[in-house]
Amino acid sequence: MESQFPLFPDSASALSGDVDLLFIAWSAVSVFFTLLIAGLILYFMVRYRRRHPEEVGASERAAMWLEIGWSVVPLAIMLAMFAWGTRVFFQLYRPPKDAVEFTAIGRQWMWKVQHPGGQREINTMHVPVGQPIRVTLASEDVIHSFYIPAFRIKQDAVPGRFTSVWFQATKPGTYHLFCAEYCGTEHSRMIGSVVVMEPQDYETWLAGGATGKSMVASGAELFQSLACVTCHRAGATGRIARGPALEGLYERQVKLADGRTVIADDTYIRESILTPTAKIVAGWEPVMPTFQGQVSEEQLTELIAYIRSLGPVGSAPAGGTGGPAEPGAAPAPETAPQQNREQP
Amino acid sequence: MSTSAVAESPVVPGPETAYERPNYLNAVYGVRSWLLTRDHKRIAILYLISVTIFFALGSLFAALVRLELLTPEGDLMGPDTYNRVFTMHGVVMVFFFLIPAIPAVLGNFLVPLMIGAKDLAMPKLNLASWYVYNIGAAFTLWAIANGGVDTGWTFYTPFSTNYSNTYVISTALGVFVAGFSSIFTGLNFIVTIHRMRAPGLTWFRLPLFIWSHYATSLIIVLGTPVIAITILLVAAERLLHLGVFDPRLGGDPILFQHLFWFYSHPAVYIMILPAMGVISELVAAFARKRVFGYRFVAFASVGIAVLGFLVWGHHMFVSGQSIYAATIFSVLSMLVAVPSAIKVFNWTATLYEGSISYQTPMLYALGFIGLFTIGGLTGVMIATLGIDVHVHDTYFIVAHFHYIMVGGTIMAYMGGLHYWWPKISGKLYPGFLSRLSALLVFVGFNLTFAPQFILGYLGMPRRYWSYPPEFQVLNVLSTAGASILGVGYVLPLFYFIWSMRYGKRSGDNPWGAVGLEWDTPSPPPTENFYTTPVVTHGPYEYNREEVHNRMTTEATLG
Repeated sequence: MESQFPLFPDSASALSGDVDLLFIAWSAVSVFFTLLIAGLILYFMVRYRRRHPEEVGASERAAMWLEIGWSVVPLAIMLAMFAWGTRVFFQLYRPPKDAVEFTAIGRQWMWKVQHPGGQREINTMHVPVGQPIRVTLASEDVIHSFYIPAFRIKQDAVPGRFTSVWFQATKPGTYHLFCAEYCGTEHSRMIGSVVVMEPQDYETWLAGGATGKSMVASGAELFQSLACVTCHRAGATGRIARGPALEGLYERQVKLADGRTVIADDTYIRESILTPTAKIVAGWEPVMPTFQGQVSEEQLTELIAYIRSLGPVGSAPAGGTGGPAEPGAAPAPETAPQQNREQP
Repeated sequence: MSTSAVAESPVVPGPETAYERPNYLNAVYGVRSWLLTRDHKRIAILYLISVTIFFALGSLFAALVRLELLTPEGDLMGPDTYNRVFTMHGVVMVFFFLIPAIPAVLGNFLVPLMIGAKDLAMPKLNLASWYVYNIGAAFTLWAIANGGVDTGWTFYTPFSTNYSNTYVISTALGVFVAGFSSIFTGLNFIVTIHRMRAPGLTWFRLPLFIWSHYATSLIIVLGTPVIAITILLVAAERLLHLGVFDPRLGGDPILFQHLFWFYSHPAVYIMILPAMGVISELVAAFARKRVFGYRFVAFASVGIAVLGFLVWGHHMFVSGQSIYAATIFSVLSMLVAVPSAIKVFNWTATLYEGSISYQTPMLYALGFIGLFTIGGLTGVMIATLGIDVHVHDTYFIVAHFHYIMVGGTIMAYMGGLHYWWPKISGKLYPGFLSRLSALLVFVGFNLTFAPQFILGYLGMPRRYWSYPPEFQVLNVLSTAGASILGVGYVLPLFYFIWSMRYGKRSGDNPWGAVGLEWDTPSPPPTENFYTTPVVTHGPYEYNREEVHNRMTTEATLG
């Protein structure tokens, strides 16, 4: 980023080297075939130039082995590259289990970033080096695309659904954050920076900033204020409960009234809040009202963070009024609920 | 079957009166005779004029884009203006130039000539197609005159349906209407190629130009209705808030991308397949040799047409589609590269032991092979999932598809125009100047777009009006290249027009080329052939005697 005339981008994430290696290998193959074709054309142009106005070319000597050769060899190379590229791709989109959860919400024309501890930033994202980070993306209006070239990652933020991407920064520094999907007037100004810091610097930064509540705490408050709690009461069973309890729900299988089974992931919970009748849990009446228009994208991610933090029935809910996710209290603020989830 | 104008006199005039004998240009005079013509050759000329105007307009927008990007700050125009300019560049170039250029101009002129027919099967439909194209163009021009549209040529929802405040509906209607002109042309070609081949002209005696136009027509007829439906849905959603694409009404904005790319990816093949057909003709004519692996090249066209329908998801690797779907689309996209590779290798092998002349059309053809190779290889690179994530929606993509569309389609279109210009006009153009223009186009093109590969890998997103300063040097190179490219494109415009009045007469066959289109005078008579040709052998059969008999003048193009 210092150079005025760079020819290769910064490489600053755990996977950026893998992407570069794939790219360089492919580039080498491309250069080889381009030079092969160009060299042959130039050689033939000189060797077989027309020497007499009425001269004609030799009659064709068909060669099946050539046809098969130049079909099969490129195909083999491409399939090998496909396998390699797909492996890298799956790594790019499968976050490790210990990734901490950030959210980034796109709107015309800014990125609103929220840390697990609740700190909010606009168009800037401070992250600790070495920590896998999963970013849940949403959009309040049109499609945006969350792009950090130095990390070689990109993911569209699509209105009406969640998407996610992850990275693990490896080199402290400041890197570009771009919107890569055209989104209107100020598309080219929907840019910001990712500041990668040493973990202790990140802690200092977290402590220094004015902080709100953690995402889980905000979600817990919303759970009360939107009156979710009146139906989805913790531990309630039988007649007193009007909706299924949410403890231990996250990423568990849910049986639906129509016989299907779904995984209760971010997308499912989001849909159940906004369009409750879309997937009715087996054994429950479709009585829940829609919250479409009443909760913002940010509030949705907070509610989901809270639901994610709810352990199985009986264990202590991790949300409450702050608890383990209090900013600055722990190096990786979101790890406590994650551990909760993994308990049997 | 053909009911097109039939010449009054069936008498075959002698060669000494060649330029007094009636041809399609001097058969009738007057504006009416052009605007109401049913002669495929005249309709081709009408199309040539229309697409040239749109090429000029699209180039003007391109020039504005390149000028704005000369500096990192947005200074030449405001962001809203810039967004409209790049959108209009894309809309005009894709829908009103690249898609119709080769089929509607060269295809219209040559398909009947190459198969020994008097006209296309449905001459009135052919004329209707030109009018429909112009009606579509009028909608779009109206939108441009009123301030344009700013959605990008891709019309992504929900931006296009709920957020843009520009003339989306009229532009969309323009594209919708113009689609019908493509369908008319495609239908006409399919019927003509099936039903109107000269006696003895079997499928495997067809020139590869015909094979590629046949494959293109299949894509046009099967694919274009989908873009029509999609665009209509966008217009309806904007007007009536149907909720097909709007997530707040339960719609899905990604659905639009599936529908859009289901057509618009095959549309790339609508642009490149006819170009490949042109290149096969040029390579054979200027190496005086049968195209190597004729059947492989012919079936490669059909293979591309079929596989081209199965790869649309590679435009959506980072849109949030399932990673498994992405995997399938990635491998299918690689398969479609195999027939393309077959073509490149076969063209190269055609040169082996050929008799190669370096006349202007051949320079364009050889340039095409080089540029298409780069465009194709970078295409396979971005079909590789691990790479696409990083370069998606960056200048790497911009560079890649310009290598295919400009380095491929426009190179072939220019090469084809130069090759068949004596057939179309009966005149020669200046040899030195035309070679110079081919060279300028090749050099200018590479200087414009090669730096964009680097810009893209550095991470510069496309459709940016201003950009971080470290990207400036490469952008300056790109703009400099574009100005050279511009000169390369303007030169032919002048010398083609000049040649119509002042150019030397070309004779019937200045290249000594074989093919039914060269078996008739240049320019051809209205009914194409004085007597219906009978075909006894395959295309591209060159021998010395044949060339001697055919070459009515020395190839004196320089």
